[in-house]
Amino acid sequence: MLAPAITREADSVGTPTRVTFPYRPPGRSADGKRCPVLVVGAGPVGLTVALDLARRGVDVTLIDEKDTVSVGSRAICWAKRTLEIWDRLGVAAPMVAKGVTWNRGRVFLRDGPLYSFDLQSEGGEKFPAFINLQQYYVEQLLAEAAMAMPGLDVRWKHGLAAIEPHADGVRATIATPDGEYVLDCAWLVAADGVRSAVRRAIGLDFQGQVFEDRFLIADVRMKASFPTERWFWFDPPFHPGQSTLLHRQADDVWRIDFQLGRDADPEREKEPSRVLARVKAMLGPQAEVSLEWASVYTFQCRRLARFREGRVIFAGDSAHVVSPFGARGGNGGIQDADNLAWKLAAVLQGAAPPSLLDSYDAERVQAADENILNSTRSTDFLTPKSAASRAFRDAALALAQDHPFARALVNSGRLSLPATHDASPLNTPDAADQNFAAAMRPGSPAANAPLFDGNRSLWLLDRLGKDGFTVLRFAATSDEHRADVAPMEKLQGVSCVTVGLNGATGMLRDAEGLAARRYDAGPGTTYLIRPDQHVAARWRRPDLDAIRAALARAQGRAA
Amino acid sequence: MSTSLAAHPNIPTPDAFYAELIELHRGLSDEQSRLVNAKLILLLANQVGDLGVLRAAMAAARAGVA
Repeated sequence: MLAPAITREADSVGTPTRVTFPYRPPGRSADGKRCPVLVVGAGPVGLTVALDLARRGVDVTLIDEKDTVSVGSRAICWAKRTLEIWDRLGVAAPMVAKGVTWNRGRVFLRDGPLYSFDLQSEGGEKFPAFINLQQYYVEQLLAEAAMAMPGLDVRWKHGLAAIEPHADGVRATIATPDGEYVLDCAWLVAADGVRSAVRRAIGLDFQGQVFEDRFLIADVRMKASFPTERWFWFDPPFHPGQSTLLHRQADDVWRIDFQLGRDADPEREKEPSRVLARVKAMLGPQAEVSLEWASVYTFQCRRLARFREGRVIFAGDSAHVVSPFGARGGNGGIQDADNLAWKLAAVLQGAAPPSLLDSYDAERVQAADENILNSTRSTDFLTPKSAASRAFRDAALALAQDHPFARALVNSGRLSLPATHDASPLNTPDAADQNFAAAMRPGSPAANAPLFDGNRSLWLLDRLGKDGFTVLRFAATSDEHRADVAPMEKLQGVSCVTVGLNGATGMLRDAEGLAARRYDAGPGTTYLIRPDQHVAARWRRPDLDAIRAALARAQGRAA
Repeated sequence: MSTSLAAHPNIPTPDAFYAELIELHRGLSDEQSRLVNAKLILLLANQVGDLGVLRAAMAAARAGVA
């Protein structure tokens, strides 16, 4: 058996919250019928990819060996891009309502503040930089949406027992409390986490770096007056020589992450009395604290060599794992789902050749490498491996209060941002004479902006990607808009959105000018946006042939 | 002659620079690391050249230490 990628060494259980979902025994209809997509694992990534596929008209079967949400200290920080993806699927609002919104982080050194940072200083966004929400709530909200979704068959307590890959599909043997059955699928998405049964069955292993330092992660319930910010301490008086991270979650649950060092004894450190003693050292002896969950972890930053093996596609933790500093695990997985669903739908619906899925591997391996690089650097900063490394770390911290340059070197986590797929084969590069700003270059996730449709306020991303590709145009007058839009509407499977410049009406109104600024747009500027809201191509003047060519390229149909 | 230190971040990719700096010391003994660091300071000092700036940097480095 492979070593699990994030190694939970010991647990201490309080009173976990659990909902259970209805188990249905395999019916006669479960046998013999081939399904287009089988998703294995109903965690946040599996549920997201299944929902997205079903919304794009693909019949999906989603199986999970359990009939509950996950328990314990799992992902909590969900980034703006994740919320935008969930919003496209109609599930962001309850997440934001239940979660704790934050944009600001503070870093402390010993007993004093070092500096603070704001992850969303510009404003003009529908979603905050992050919400904190326990993974069990995320799974519950996604699962409820999935079970209500037509075309999506969620099967709880149906676990993968064996797989048999073929050239044109995968035969899965599925185990239930009422025995096994066989299910044939055209494509199998492995979203079954760090200990992926699919990965084990195919015999693949991770490559990358393993860290020896141990961390205690405690979820505690308490009434506390800390602001809803990410607080990080280096060498605090209550935990000398180590670091501590504090996050607020829903229901007055707080995540506290104590660095323990290499030599800590995981069995001893997870004892509730010892965990609570650490928490009380931090908060004072009068603090009324109860322990919801505590685990001792070590971390790894590793990935599979490739994320697609024939008709089996890996997404989320089954494909890559990172240390938690930066919230790049869960958020990276949701972006995998976002990247995969439209491509798989296009292939199944005949709009694209199967080779389009090679771009999933290219783009998400690049993103995983970016996440792994950032997480590795953060973990290296927090756990120096040599005297020289420790000396530089201490020097950067010592300079940071008085010298802003040194704050850029202090690394308590580089928080999750979506990857820009610069080298993607789906991009049509900017023509040399277009003089576009770099920000929204091909491969970028599309920026959001507040707009008006008549008197109704809406967000640009509300109009991008839901039904396939979008041509996003900017026009100075409604006459120009009408003249240009007519030929665009002949493009098959493409919707057209026009934003008026300088407050022009008769189309979407960019009242604050943020859309024009973020897209570096003038009259005639045209973007081709992929179904996952990434930029495929852009031009200063609309040209139907160029749009057709870019569309073919972005669908993997380029010659 | 300028005697003030650059206060603003002046390194375009601070994380990449920092990773290279740590990598520079991989496999060295503590004594070797000290030698490499001292050589690095002298090289950078020569690059800066301005004695006023070097004095300001020396004072900032010494501040708060014994």
